[in-house]
Amino acid sequence: MTPHPAIELAGIDKSFGAVHANKNINLTVAKGSIHGIIGENGAGKSTLMSILYGFYQADRGEIRIDGKAVTIRDSQTAIASGIGMVHQHFMLVENFTVLENVMLGAEGGQLLAKGVSGARKELKRLEAEYGLDVDPDAVIEELPVGKQQRVEILKALYRGAEILILDEPTGVLTPAEADHLFRILKVLRDQGKTILLITHKLREIMAITDEVSVMRRGEMVATRRTAETTVEELAELMVGRRVLLRVEKGEAQPGKVLLSVKNLTVKDGRGVTMVDNVSFDVREGEILGIAGVAGNGQSELLEAIAGIRKPTSGEILIDGQPVAGLDPAQLRQIGLAHIPEDRHHMGLVLKFEEYENSVLGYHREPRYGRGALLDLDAIRKDAEEKIAKYDIRPPNPRLKTANFSGGNQQKIVVAREIERDPKMLIIGQPTRGVDIGAIEFIHRRIIEMREAQKAVLLVSVELDEIRSLSDRIIVMFAGKVVGEETPDAGEQTLGLMMAGAV
Amino acid sequence: MSTASVPLPNWISYGVLPLLNLAVAFFISGLVVWSIGENPFEALKLLIEGALGRGEAIGFTLFYTTSFIFTGLSVAVAFHAGLFNIGSEGQAYVGGLGAALVALALDHYVPWYVTMPFAVIGAALFGAGWAFIPAWLQAKRGSHVVITTIMFNFIAAGLMVYLLVNVFIVPGKMAPETRTFLPGGQLPKLDWLMALFGMKLGPAPFNVSFIIALVMSYLVWLLIWRSKLGYEMRTLGISPSAAAYAGIPYSRTVIIAMLISGGLAGMMALNPVMGASARLQVEFVAGAGFVGIAVSLMGRSHPLGIIFSALLFGILYQGGADLSFEMPNITREMIVVIQGLVILFAGALEYMFRPAMVRIYQQFAGQKSGGK
Repeated sequence: MTPHPAIELAGIDKSFGAVHANKNINLTVAKGSIHGIIGENGAGKSTLMSILYGFYQADRGEIRIDGKAVTIRDSQTAIASGIGMVHQHFMLVENFTVLENVMLGAEGGQLLAKGVSGARKELKRLEAEYGLDVDPDAVIEELPVGKQQRVEILKALYRGAEILILDEPTGVLTPAEADHLFRILKVLRDQGKTILLITHKLREIMAITDEVSVMRRGEMVATRRTAETTVEELAELMVGRRVLLRVEKGEAQPGKVLLSVKNLTVKDGRGVTMVDNVSFDVREGEILGIAGVAGNGQSELLEAIAGIRKPTSGEILIDGQPVAGLDPAQLRQIGLAHIPEDRHHMGLVLKFEEYENSVLGYHREPRYGRGALLDLDAIRKDAEEKIAKYDIRPPNPRLKTANFSGGNQQKIVVAREIERDPKMLIIGQPTRGVDIGAIEFIHRRIIEMREAQKAVLLVSVELDEIRSLSDRIIVMFAGKVVGEETPDAGEQTLGLMMAGAV
Repeated sequence: MSTASVPLPNWISYGVLPLLNLAVAFFISGLVVWSIGENPFEALKLLIEGALGRGEAIGFTLFYTTSFIFTGLSVAVAFHAGLFNIGSEGQAYVGGLGAALVALALDHYVPWYVTMPFAVIGAALFGAGWAFIPAWLQAKRGSHVVITTIMFNFIAAGLMVYLLVNVFIVPGKMAPETRTFLPGGQLPKLDWLMALFGMKLGPAPFNVSFIIALVMSYLVWLLIWRSKLGYEMRTLGISPSAAAYAGIPYSRTVIIAMLISGGLAGMMALNPVMGASARLQVEFVAGAGFVGIAVSLMGRSHPLGIIFSALLFGILYQGGADLSFEMPNITREMIVVIQGLVILFAGALEYMFRPAMVRIYQQFAGQKSGGK
């Protein structure tokens, strides 16, 4: 007799007003397996998982856990049914220790002492069993992101989770951290836990799942055994058409040096050196890629070049003129466009309507209004043109920016910065949290900038992206440039440099 | 998952929800009135009659409304730039000094309509000046503007008492106040406006400041939603990091927003000082600066909303005073409790009914789309 599947979803249906987020979803997840759920942003993955975890109630349909029909009203019932969730944005108390966070909500009684010693023992056991080593007395905010995520997993296991849902777990991780996470997930599976992995990264699906289900526009379009499918097939199922996974580009024809960074050092607010004596040139008509694990000074370097952060020493030259000390508005005027790493905190004001964001940073230009007032008609017309040209959906400049999907939000930023026709473009993480269709589109635009003889500086933690777009690659580690390579350099070579081993 | 992110149509957000909050506030107030043995319906009737029953009552209501529009706008402008200006009270108080100095200087020589523009500028400059130090400390030193503006309220109170007792007092008089302004330093009453509606203003001090308040409401709307500066203020208010990315200067924007906020608070002084008592007195602001916080909160920091919520608070002030006169059981303190309940439900508990409303709305919208 075969055991009951860990999870069975039958005919799940959920609407929000006019939006039909989940249509008649059926899903079976075998016990002791890693099951991937893949789909573009807005395909309904998160809604489905929220239903499973009790954030939402399905309008119709049945959930069976271990063969028993259950009604999951809230996260408490989900936990009681053995379902644990690791959120994309961690739900941890930053200034509590690991132990305190793990215990939170499961303290066991009015007095802490007994719970604490019990929890410490249990934590030790979990760590030993699954190889999840974290110091129980470390304070969360002092841990790297990868370890914080382990705490989230420990939290779920501590509550007796048999089924773990991970929502985009690698979005915030470095490649090494992601690999470590995958090893942990495999151990968990081998110990009999069931894992649901939500992602839009095809590589991860291929690397660790046993089965994969594809969602598109609220429907479950296919389920495949991972061993029997290919990246190309999954991509096509996700997007609904064939997609180009490789970027096509011609030979670079680099011209004169446009952006030059000389001996740049940047310290952060605490006086810690983030960028350490960095020098490089970017020429017209070339893309210089900066590879590196997140947190090795790339963010600070970009912010210093964009005028957001004051360099401590060193020079930044544009067209031979020193520009350190200019503010971002002045730098825009001399032709420097900046697609920031974090569109939620920098590139966009999420509460603004789309058209308001389409001029952020350029709102003082005469074409958007004379004197003290803005010309809203001109701005909206301009926004509509960009929406049409960049296929931003829904095509409504009056919609609140927060209501666009990640890919479309990124297109708003890309359209704003590229359509200005700058001389130089600096880009951080151009496709983070962006769906495949939009990635293809954004990569195309970046290549077009190069072909129009612009200087492009690209920072990304996605090594594939750096290698497929760049003409030259420099690698940063601990704030320093550790070397320069061509895009033909092997992943191994670059990986070792990124780890500081060279 | 929270329902806070679900969009609701404007007529629910800005119409149904505030009215619902107000209804609940009145219901609880009714219970309070009932519990002390008075008839709540009778009390409500008296309150509304007291505020809107006669021309004179309306005049008083609109007089209070005028003050609240100014302070409400003051709080709202700072709020859009992410600053919580608790100091409108003190800025209005010092603004009164600016208005009074202009009135005292000019009332012998020119008619009121010549004095008025200078008085508006004087009041605004003094109010803005009083906001400048907290603004500068916030912009350059990171001292929290909430703390500094509260402190400056106390300093303003001390300073004004000192000036009135030691400098401006009329020799031989006991009252700490300036001399009475001549008609050239007074803002005339709007009895003609009331007459248009066939009502008599009587002794109510409803005056030209009301029109200035409406003009300022329009200018604030223009500033916030149509100007480049307003765009920068809103960007900074919602996302300081996006403002830094866009090259919007933090210090400059903070200081300008606070100066405008202080200026609007200062203009409030025109109403009681030049429009009503025709002299500068101690404590003339009488809490209008703090009411402005509630007015701005309830009016969703939008000038139109501020005008309506200022009117509501005007009604509560005037009607409440009348009610405590007619029903001695309902004391002045009781009226403050009722006002507090309105602030609580309309301002602080803004989101209490929202989740339920979202569910009802979704069901409704779901049915509609299902019926297609």
